[in-house]
Amino acid sequence: MASKRTKTFSITTIPGFTFMAIATFVILYAPIATLVIYSFNGGTSVAAWGGFSTKWYAVAWENSQVQEATLRSVFIATLSSAIATTLATMAALGTTRRGKYKGWNFIYLLINQPIMVPEIVTAVALLIFFASIKVATGYTGLGYLIAAHSAFCIPFAYLPIRARLEGMDLTLETAAGDLYARPFTTFRRITLPLLTPGIAAGAMLAFVISLDDVIITEFVKSAGQDTLPTYMLGQLRRAATPEVNAISTALLVLTVILLTAFFLLTRKRD
Amino acid sequence: MTNNISVDVRSARKVYDATSGTVVALDSVSVQIRKGEFFTLLGPSGCGKTTLLRLIAGFESPTAGEILLNGTDISGKPPFERPVNTVFQSYALFPHLTVRQNISFGLEMLGRPKDEVARKTDEVLELVKMTAMADRKPQQLSGGQQQRVALARALAPEPEVLLLDEPLSALDLKLRKEMQHELKRLQLETGITFIFVTHDQEEALTMSDRVAVMRDGRILQVGNPRDIYTRPVDRFVADFIGETNFLSATIDGKKVRLATGDTVAASGVEAHSEGAAVTLAIRPEQVRVDDKGGLAATVAETVYFGTDTHLHLTLGDGSELVARLQSPPSGEIGLSPGAKVSVSFTEGAVQVLEH
Repeated sequence: MASKRTKTFSITTIPGFTFMAIATFVILYAPIATLVIYSFNGGTSVAAWGGFSTKWYAVAWENSQVQEATLRSVFIATLSSAIATTLATMAALGTTRRGKYKGWNFIYLLINQPIMVPEIVTAVALLIFFASIKVATGYTGLGYLIAAHSAFCIPFAYLPIRARLEGMDLTLETAAGDLYARPFTTFRRITLPLLTPGIAAGAMLAFVISLDDVIITEFVKSAGQDTLPTYMLGQLRRAATPEVNAISTALLVLTVILLTAFFLLTRKRD
Repeated sequence: MTNNISVDVRSARKVYDATSGTVVALDSVSVQIRKGEFFTLLGPSGCGKTTLLRLIAGFESPTAGEILLNGTDISGKPPFERPVNTVFQSYALFPHLTVRQNISFGLEMLGRPKDEVARKTDEVLELVKMTAMADRKPQQLSGGQQQRVALARALAPEPEVLLLDEPLSALDLKLRKEMQHELKRLQLETGITFIFVTHDQEEALTMSDRVAVMRDGRILQVGNPRDIYTRPVDRFVADFIGETNFLSATIDGKKVRLATGDTVAASGVEAHSEGAAVTLAIRPEQVRVDDKGGLAATVAETVYFGTDTHLHLTLGDGSELVARLQSPPSGEIGLSPGAKVSVSFTEGAVQVLEH
């Protein structure tokens, strides 16, 4: 009786719920599963099965273009996520340790702008903006890509760091000051260590976001500056082989590892 | 005279800006706290006791007035330059450091040599009986143990003054009693001046050398626990510290005349002029109930508390009076509502309040 009365709405009681749930998961994961399966295709087609083989992994591994693009991707992602995380940490400290001020929502909006503005708009804007700088300075190096990646990675690094800071007990810093620690020492010995999981999580998220960016990279890169994703895009335009599947699968594995680490770090402790 | 004063608060005032104007948290408070004394700031929430503590710690600076430590003005100094440590209400233990690292933090910040830091930390661990837990993290400890670590951490740098901000409020009753003894013992062993903030009058009475009762940003009365309890200056202090009966009366010679027309002996009469309307304070345990010779009263209700029984009485003019009587072995006081009794007061029990 009592349980019947206290029963609340449950979405699982809707007719067809099970079917919808299964269908959703199939739509989400079947393509990825297919991609992974065909990365082990012995044939040359991305659609027709030609027996199990790991040869495409070997082909991708030995392809010098893939090697270069991978190194470039990792280089850009490492540098950009480091820059973005540093800036995001500073922004998070600046926006949480503060008094009441009505304009804060606007400032959050400014910081998180890259998440909200359509990426294609940012890409076109950067293309035009950097083009004029390229003409003026003659510099065509990787700097543009690093600057662009750093910028759009900031909000991804900022959010977990700010969440961590907001959950931190400010009395701890007061206590450190009470125990003769100067403000910077308090930051180094108390605030920073407690913030580290947030910073690490932010950095990982930024790294992954930078690693798999296509749109902005495609618009900003100069000739010969393919990253792994833009190289793959280029390959698909020509004759696609299971090599692309193999590279994608490797990227997928790397991303899953990093995101798992991210969730472990941001998970509430104790 | 001045060299036995540890903390000298001179006309300290603290005003906060709020959206609805300004809030006066502390209204020109002056108080002198002696060296090695267990001094308690007692009052309800919002009375300014924590603000005063924060001013002494240096977490906030006074709007006006000054705070002297051992004769030197420290009002302008940041907390990390004041030889004063705090035990926080929430303990504020560093979660990423072990018990030992928490305790040695202050000594390290003071730049003490490594061997001295290790030795002092061991000493303090011993003092609070936490040696066995030295390598644990704070979240692996119980509330009482965290409390001990917070105390040890604040004591380790051997401050001139230890500030305690309602440190026992998060503990359950039994543990609180235990820690009260513990705190008193630590204060006697270390000889450090303790400034203790609480809203618990019993805690204040049992632990303190002197108590300051605060209300609305002011100190109403400073004195030792007996003075505060037996000679409260006003109705608020009398009511806040223990239970009290209040009766209206007028000064009549060396005695006071109650509304019932009876006159009773009272102390504090000389502070008022003849015929002045005053308030009397009488503690319930000082009210005697017998058959004859006193004020006529009627029993309205009896409430059994175990060790004693509260007798709610109505006097001739309708005013109410509570008597606290020791319960007899049977638990039955033998008086039921409506019974006629005679009430008198222990000698010296009737206090005329100053204002």
